[in-house]
Amino acid sequence: MHGRRAVDRRQTAGIVALAAIAILLGGALLGLLAEAASNWSGAIAAFDGYMARIVRFTLWQAVLSTILSVVPAMLVARALSRHPDFPGRSLILRMFAVPLALPAIVAALGILALYGRAGYFAGIFSALSGETWPGAYGLSGILVAHVFFNLPLATRLFVEALDTVPADQWRLASQLGMRAGPSFRFVEWPVMRAAMPGIAGLVFMLCITSFTIVLTLGGGPQATTLEVAIYQALRFDFDPARAVALTLLQILLTAIVVAVLAKLGANVTGDANLSVASRRTREATRVETILNGLVIALALLFVAGPMLATVFAGLDADLGRLAGESTVLRATATSLVLAILSALLSVCLSLSLVMARRALELERRTGSRSLFERLADTGAGFVLVVPPIVIGAGWFILLRHTGNVFLLAPVMVVAVNAVMAMPFAIRAIRPAYDAASERHERLCALLGIGGRDRFRLVDWPVLRRPLFTGFAFAMALSLGDLGVIALFGSDAVQTLPYLLLARMGSYRTEDAAGLALLLGLLCLALITLADWLGKRADD
Amino acid sequence: MTDIADRRAGAAVALDQVIFSYGEASMVFDLAVEAGSITAIMGPSGSGKTTLLNLVAGFETPKSGRILIDGKDVTDAPPADRPLSMVFQENNLFAHLDVAANVGLGRSPALRLTAGDRAAIFEALARTGLAGKEHRLPREVSGGERQRVALARVLVRDRPVLLLDEPFASLGPALREDMLGLVADLHAERGMTVLFVTHQPEDARRLARMIVFLEDGRVAASGGTAKFFGRHGPEAFRRYIGSVAGSLQSRGFARKQT
Repeated sequence: MHGRRAVDRRQTAGIVALAAIAILLGGALLGLLAEAASNWSGAIAAFDGYMARIVRFTLWQAVLSTILSVVPAMLVARALSRHPDFPGRSLILRMFAVPLALPAIVAALGILALYGRAGYFAGIFSALSGETWPGAYGLSGILVAHVFFNLPLATRLFVEALDTVPADQWRLASQLGMRAGPSFRFVEWPVMRAAMPGIAGLVFMLCITSFTIVLTLGGGPQATTLEVAIYQALRFDFDPARAVALTLLQILLTAIVVAVLAKLGANVTGDANLSVASRRTREATRVETILNGLVIALALLFVAGPMLATVFAGLDADLGRLAGESTVLRATATSLVLAILSALLSVCLSLSLVMARRALELERRTGSRSLFERLADTGAGFVLVVPPIVIGAGWFILLRHTGNVFLLAPVMVVAVNAVMAMPFAIRAIRPAYDAASERHERLCALLGIGGRDRFRLVDWPVLRRPLFTGFAFAMALSLGDLGVIALFGSDAVQTLPYLLLARMGSYRTEDAAGLALLLGLLCLALITLADWLGKRADD
Repeated sequence: MTDIADRRAGAAVALDQVIFSYGEASMVFDLAVEAGSITAIMGPSGSGKTTLLNLVAGFETPKSGRILIDGKDVTDAPPADRPLSMVFQENNLFAHLDVAANVGLGRSPALRLTAGDRAAIFEALARTGLAGKEHRLPREVSGGERQRVALARVLVRDRPVLLLDEPFASLGPALREDMLGLVADLHAERGMTVLFVTHQPEDARRLARMIVFLEDGRVAASGGTAKFFGRHGPEAFRRYIGSVAGSLQSRGFARKQT
């Protein structure tokens, strides 16, 4: 509507971004379908009893993980919400954000260092049970890891939901003399029940597509999920037909979950925007206060445990020697370069889609949305249906005849991780862009501010912070990823997570612990730095 | 400085059988406004007052008909190319730019300012009572002052038509009175054509020479202010004034609900 040329440019950017996503997904699909077509019987034959067992385990572990994460999370969130003023509350909530930024492989090592056969707790557990502690491998290990990631996430989302209760309702509740019971029944439970399908669905989705955890903590045919089976089919058995069958199943499964999630209106990127809890008086009795304190302390110990174990095990490693090792240095450099490129790409693609969507919305104003606008709106969400392993598998199969497929590792890692981070980056960028556009669109049109002037004077100052946030998130995600690189990695191209996995595989546990500490600190530093940069840019 | 002193007359504004449709609703505007006049646009909520201004400004595109400013067809011109300035009810300023920069954008959309531009900005800020507040951010000045900044930008842009979309509706009565006085003074100096949307009969009476009364997306009546407020004013307008007066007593002052 306003300033027609500028609008067109934003739409062009959106088309380019959508095309990039389409090529990435389309190429993978092409590889899968071409393989399926050329070896139809092989793909069909892959649907055997073993595969049924894998599907069953994939679903079973996801169901258990979801229940074990969401139910305690409700207790913890309620406890936190009942005591808005207690010291350390915001610190705890901040700490609950750490697992989200922590690479899965780092968490897996932390859990092994704590609950593993040779972990810090092995002695106590052996003494308690009277027999040698077998270690948290297989289903138990997977569950512990999934709860470690998802309990804090679900807690934050529930707290966010509870924070939406208007202050007047709390005042009313305390005026009516509601104690814990009635207050839960009439105020807290309705809000949490409304939020639960979305939160549980998100956790289920994350568990069903979890790769690294199952790869490192699962083991053997009894504890394998579809994603890990795809990886094994390609890297070890080299059975493309089987990989195709597994991949199509995985896509089907996630598509169903995402469709159900979308129906529930869930926030599939799962980042909680915690507002400062409103000051409110909630009288908890002494007994309740003690119980709440206990719940919070237990959750805190459970979440902090693996993190502390990572630190202690890492410090035990020969860090000096590791730091001098050329393989480690090269892997670090490779990781950083790939993560930076990936994050840049992710932010550019996300911003393009955000701008195009807004421009199309302004142009339309009434009536139904065009296909283009709907794609710009939710197009990035499609990548959630297609886990990185699946995209990687498709391209791996497509390109396996073109010489050395492992040399394509850098391109694949950058592209896939960039697209995977897009839903998160868009979540960071879009509200700020839309709000700024709402305020500035007419003014820019009136004053003739467009193109580069508009970006420099109007958009950049407003978007700096969300862009930094999106960049940091994408970079941390890419840095810690062990999906695509597990397929495409080789001695020639190693990232830190890949090297970590290799050291674990060759039982150099100390080295792995040291690398995990390095990787974990890198990711945390990034998130913290970006947060700080963003806040400073805001002032 | 010469720019400020240089008086430019207003330009005539005309809507020639302009048809605009928004979803189901359809509006027809046929209207001519004399150069250099002040015209109040009044009417109930949803009657199309803001739409009318948006059409003149170029934020909305008519389905058919022509919009003429100074006799030239501007129907297809983008907003920035039309010889007008507009002040909105809110969001007139970029929150992250200081007062001087917000005014400066009226001179150069790339904010590349010459010494002459800076002098003009300084003078416009002084003229609107904002001297000494050049480097404040919008959030550091009051609501009334923010609208003064927008008027200062109108001064440095110096376009022959000024559109006001209830910019003072959210101010208290005394402040609103001040701002109307400022607009009257600026009009006396510059002689630009002013079209302003208002819900306040006393604003129209105080400032406007002409009134355009809209109902259901059509011009229901138009004419001199004195005639409108006289005994033989248009029936629809009298009914509207009556209802506004009634609601004014209960609400203090009207604020557009958007």
